[in-house]
Amino acid sequence: MKTSKNKNTAARKNSTLAAYKKHYQIVLMLVPGIILLILFNYVPMAGILIAFKDYKFLHGIFGSEWVGMEHFSKLFAVDNFGHIIMNTLSISVYKLLIGFPAPIILALLLNELRLQKLKNVLQTCTYLPHFFSWVVLAGIFKMIFSNTGPVNSILMAAGVDKPLEFFSNGTLFRGMIIGTSVWQGLGWGAIVYLAALSGVDESLYEAAYIDGANRWKQTIHISIPCIIPTIITVFILNVGNVLNAGYDQIYNMYNPTVYETADIIETYVMRALTKMDYGVGTAAGLFKSVIGMILVLTANFISNKLSDDTLGIM
Amino acid sequence: MKRTRGEKIFNVCNIIILSLLAFTTLYPFLYTLSISLSSAAEASRGGFHLYPKGVNFVAYKMVFKNADLLIAYGNTIFRTVAGTLISLLVCCFYGYALSRPELPHKKFYTTFLVFTMLFSGGAVPIYLTLKRYALIDNRWVYILPTIMSAYNIIVARSFFMSIPNSLNESAKIDGANEFCIFFRIIVPLSKPIIMTLALFVAVMHWNSWYDSLMYITSNNKIVVQLLLQRIVQENDVQQMTQQMLNPDQTQFTSETVKSATIIVAILPILVFYPFIQKYFTKGMMLGAVKG
Repeated sequence: MKTSKNKNTAARKNSTLAAYKKHYQIVLMLVPGIILLILFNYVPMAGILIAFKDYKFLHGIFGSEWVGMEHFSKLFAVDNFGHIIMNTLSISVYKLLIGFPAPIILALLLNELRLQKLKNVLQTCTYLPHFFSWVVLAGIFKMIFSNTGPVNSILMAAGVDKPLEFFSNGTLFRGMIIGTSVWQGLGWGAIVYLAALSGVDESLYEAAYIDGANRWKQTIHISIPCIIPTIITVFILNVGNVLNAGYDQIYNMYNPTVYETADIIETYVMRALTKMDYGVGTAAGLFKSVIGMILVLTANFISNKLSDDTLGIM
Repeated sequence: MKRTRGEKIFNVCNIIILSLLAFTTLYPFLYTLSISLSSAAEASRGGFHLYPKGVNFVAYKMVFKNADLLIAYGNTIFRTVAGTLISLLVCCFYGYALSRPELPHKKFYTTFLVFTMLFSGGAVPIYLTLKRYALIDNRWVYILPTIMSAYNIIVARSFFMSIPNSLNESAKIDGANEFCIFFRIIVPLSKPIIMTLALFVAVMHWNSWYDSLMYITSNNKIVVQLLLQRIVQENDVQQMTQQMLNPDQTQFTSETVKSATIIVAILPILVFYPFIQKYFTKGMMLGAVKG
């Protein structure tokens, strides 16, 4: 009995080897990718140990001394990390609350537009901002929201007595961050819903029309129910991403006067890195990676359970 | 279908709302363009600029006099061209191998890739690793770590899987090896998806600044986005001092120069945008449906 089992494993080993030999050219195509993944993705993962060590470059990761949870306790006690987590969460939850329904509404409105040419032109305009970096957009918004910029001059004309300080008032800054982020993602986010809407069977609308349903009723009873699966999938994926509050936007727009309300995990890590505060920076990054991974996996799991068209990544 | 009065009113309102929205999307760029072309006095007056007043190109002359900008532009073009080509080749190889049913341990290689989407070492360990590889302050730091993109590989794999296997088999009977099949049959059939991915990667390279900020120390190796970031941030301080010294006497202000730099930095995307945007939407759909 035992020998036959051994024989089996040996045979399987041989057949795998044979498969590798037979399809060596396909395997060869994987090799550059695997090397790069190891060098630039998996080797840095070993660096997570720095979160538990007193890192010295000369000694390397493995030669440096263990310090246990010291960096984490420093993070939570001295540096007020809880506050930064709350900032991260509240900024991204606000972004989700406004930025999630907005593209759906835009897609529904665009879908109701009967002039195909105009629809294409308007849609093309709305997703333009997606292609510019936040360096560019922050440069533009710093002018637009400045004390003498267009936003403040409109507000002054409307009767506000003194210019709003968007870049030094924490609440206003946060509002601006959320608003500009929604503005940037609006058109791009609508593409998925427009694709789903274009797949809706035209005869449904015709039948509803014959039954006397007007456009509003057709939207409520046909368009929206037909894109519900897409809405749910996008929502779940967004929830899985809730720890990403958008560091490239915030890093480019914030300044020390609004750290109180705008500092998020990544910007904190970036400053820790420039201060060569390696242990604390790694600890903060690790905290984010682990929670983020759990969130994404849960989101994927739920969306696979709920929808038939699986995302098909795993 | 006959239209009721209510519907006609709705149609008009809908067009107005969407046009306003499109205007708010474009306005920030129009504002920047008109400031960059305006005279110093007009630009420093503030307010709601829609078109340039006192048109002149002084700010652009200032921008192009800046030797740093030309060097930074060169670096950006280098990383965009080289980075896109290398990344596409390696990613398509990986995606194609994953799409072949006969690949042994396929599940392992897929998970090996997808795991990098879920978990990363974090900014500090990555920085220290790159330091060990002597990639700090080296232009290759723009390209090597960004070659592998799990998302793009998954999208490419989905597309390759839709190509009928019989093409592959008949080529094999004719004696073609795998590389031959890949370049002669698969690549020509996958042109749309390869174009789309190329554009995704190229835009990513054109827009990135984080690696230049964190990993580069010499001024002659930085990219356009980082130079722009510095100009924008420096000007915050400069502006206040300049406004105290009478701005009417100079021909340009920090605002006009800043705007001109922004326009120069986004020009390639603006020029190509009308031609390439349809590929982007296509890619977005592929990613959304199958990715």
